[in-house]
Amino acid sequence: MKDLVSIKELSRRDIEEILNTTKAFKEVLGRDIKKVPTLRGKTAINLFFEPSTRTRTSFELAEKRLSLDVLNFSVSTSSVVKGETLYDTLKTIESYSVDYVIIRHSASGAAEFVANHTPASVINAGDGTNEHPTQALLDAFSILEVKGRLDNLKIAIVGDVIHSRVARSNLYLLSKFDTEIRFIGPSTLLPTEIPENVKFFYDLKEGLKNVDVVMLLRIQLERQKGAFIPSLKEYFHVWGVKKEVFRYLKQDAIIMHPGPMNRGVEISTEVADSPRSIILRQVTNGIATRMAVIYLLTPKE
Amino acid sequence: MYNLLISGLSLIMEKELLNEKEIERILMRITHEILEKNKGADNICIIGIVTGGVYLAQRIKNKIKEIEGIDVPVGSLDISFYRDDISISKKRKEIKPTNIPFSIDGKKVILVDDVLFTGRSVRAAMDALMDFGRPAEIQLAVLIDRGHRELPIMPNYTGKYIPTSRKEKIKLHLKENSGKDSVLLITQ
Repeated sequence: MKDLVSIKELSRRDIEEILNTTKAFKEVLGRDIKKVPTLRGKTAINLFFEPSTRTRTSFELAEKRLSLDVLNFSVSTSSVVKGETLYDTLKTIESYSVDYVIIRHSASGAAEFVANHTPASVINAGDGTNEHPTQALLDAFSILEVKGRLDNLKIAIVGDVIHSRVARSNLYLLSKFDTEIRFIGPSTLLPTEIPENVKFFYDLKEGLKNVDVVMLLRIQLERQKGAFIPSLKEYFHVWGVKKEVFRYLKQDAIIMHPGPMNRGVEISTEVADSPRSIILRQVTNGIATRMAVIYLLTPKE
Repeated sequence: MYNLLISGLSLIMEKELLNEKEIERILMRITHEILEKNKGADNICIIGIVTGGVYLAQRIKNKIKEIEGIDVPVGSLDISFYRDDISISKKRKEIKPTNIPFSIDGKKVILVDDVLFTGRSVRAAMDALMDFGRPAEIQLAVLIDRGHRELPIMPNYTGKYIPTSRKEKIKLHLKENSGKDSVLLITQ
């Protein structure tokens, strides 16, 4: 596989291979020396056309742990503000003989475009509202670590589903397993087309009953063009996951969030900091997952 | 004993080089050699290179327990991240778990591999070990040495030296993964 552009195009076998490899890299991160010489002499560029701190630093650390040389290219410092096209930016960095391009862009499809126009391996770090494949993989790895399986679970995705590339990648990934997927949220934030393997709930309490995994999403105000919710305060009141949920959630249910989270909007502080929350584990697993993905990609034969 | 197998249009010849009893005797001898050279089992740990080396390492550990009554720490090492052919490989091999749940600082590490060939795996394993700590010594034990070294690497303990041609293959069956112990030479 040359690139990782979307989860949609992966098979269950591909996903399992990535998750197995992630496990090996997680062991590396537990060593005293957390760096392996695997990809020394090769170069990665983090091409971020959208603001991001955690995904970019997670990729950067993953690259450094693999002994890659790392270049960072972000929009505020780049020539994009001077009017350069994505294609020309790409050709420029290609002249540096870069081996891995990690791209985040506000346009859906940008990662695929880049993958088709460069011999380097391309990893989609989020393209518009389309996909964020490494987030779905690290979520799957975290679930697997805690629950021991990805089949026969009930997994609820709560909140701003329509604007979320994380929700989309997670839906594609979980659909390859025999597991129940629920979308919970106000009708304005759930897709109008209902995928046949997803159950929709317009009531938080009803939707969270018997679930094993609760995946929260950030309210993406920057992508909302229109009045999707009356106010953040009201959203928290109706849809925010607060400690009351522990009264009806399964005893061993876990709470996840891709970050950055808005405390007091989609999640309360008690829930975010509760022992049921595996949010910080997700962050650690993100590094191992990204190391695994970079490691597994190989140039086109 | 030769077995002739016809697979597709090519003729494959299989010859058993070692049977279960012989492998057992060899491992017993190697264990005694390790104990003799190190004057017992103090300060020793055993690390097997995945996959075959891990099973052999565990067996040597068990024999040391039988002979000396000492439990030496045993670990497994996957060398994928230290290979020198990653940039030329087209397909990544599946990675098996590395598990070294003890410090190797100041220890005598007995590195165990099933078949010693070019020596590149052993080089990778030694580099990996150096990242885990600073062992007092690394010693190498192998079940089969088939020659064709590309690096200056020499085992301390050799089960059997079998000169081979590069076209031949050595196939190792161990009880832990295939239900029987046997070393085969395969000629195509």
